[in-house]
Amino acid sequence: MADLKKQIIAQLNLKDLKPEDIGDDQPLFVEGLGLDSIDALELIVLLQQEYHIKLSNADDGPKAFKSVRTMAEYITTHQGQKTPK
Amino acid sequence: MQTERYITRSSRIRGYSIYLNSKLIYGKSPTAPGDFLNQAYQDFHINYPKFHKMDNMSKLGLLASEILLKDQLYKTRYQPYEMGVLLMNASASLDTDIKYYKTVSEIPSPALFVYTLPNIVIGEICIRNNFKGENAFFVFKQFDATFMAQYVTNLFENNDLEACLCGWVELLEENFEAMMLLVEKSGSSDAMAFSKENINKIYGEENG
Repeated sequence: MADLKKQIIAQLNLKDLKPEDIGDDQPLFVEGLGLDSIDALELIVLLQQEYHIKLSNADDGPKAFKSVRTMAEYITTHQGQKTPK
Repeated sequence: MQTERYITRSSRIRGYSIYLNSKLIYGKSPTAPGDFLNQAYQDFHINYPKFHKMDNMSKLGLLASEILLKDQLYKTRYQPYEMGVLLMNASASLDTDIKYYKTVSEIPSPALFVYTLPNIVIGEICIRNNFKGENAFFVFKQFDATFMAQYVTNLFENNDLEACLCGWVELLEENFEAMMLLVEKSGSSDAMAFSKENINKIYGEENG
């Protein structure tokens, strides 16, 4: 998860944050890291660029991007799977 | 009878130097514009993490406005809807348009896309300062003090504005400059009258 935190910081230009500042279960949006809707799109880009995962079902977003841990679990589950058309 | 308005503060960023009220307050050796803007953000102790997500033009505009409004006196003087903003430049958002275009061949960047309009810099300044008054962004071939003076005067006369932030925020690749003025209905004895002559004077002072 440390690598994923580094990737999130780089992708979202969170230059004031270090990986250790982000808790594994800390909410990414609103009251947690305070990410916004554009950040959500950048996280989708990160999944595509780094892990070749396409978030094809929009309903998966809120669950997948709840925290770093849920994001890591989503990556683990979907890596290597073919994205359904 | 014509109502007087005053330029109560000015900020200027040009040639890797920053001026407040025409006095040099900061200078660095030439480097990439983004590096200069990030360094100035740190050196002026601005605490606004969203700065790092902005494109260079918004960084330039926000930095100029932070220096201009540093004492935050306007927050006690004016309601949000009483503060207007007028900005102008020559290159619109072309610097970011080019960067965004380069990402399109792979995965287009949403974070770059949102800055492919020049008026976004106004939005960033308004969000930061809670300004809710009339605002507009215009693109001209070159700096136009006559238009700035006329338009801001019109904003004062036809809106409920008590103050207006106006200026020039130009950035394209390695070239950048900004000038921002705070225009108010009253000013101290050393405030300049808001006129095209004085706007040109402030703009030109460091152009030498």
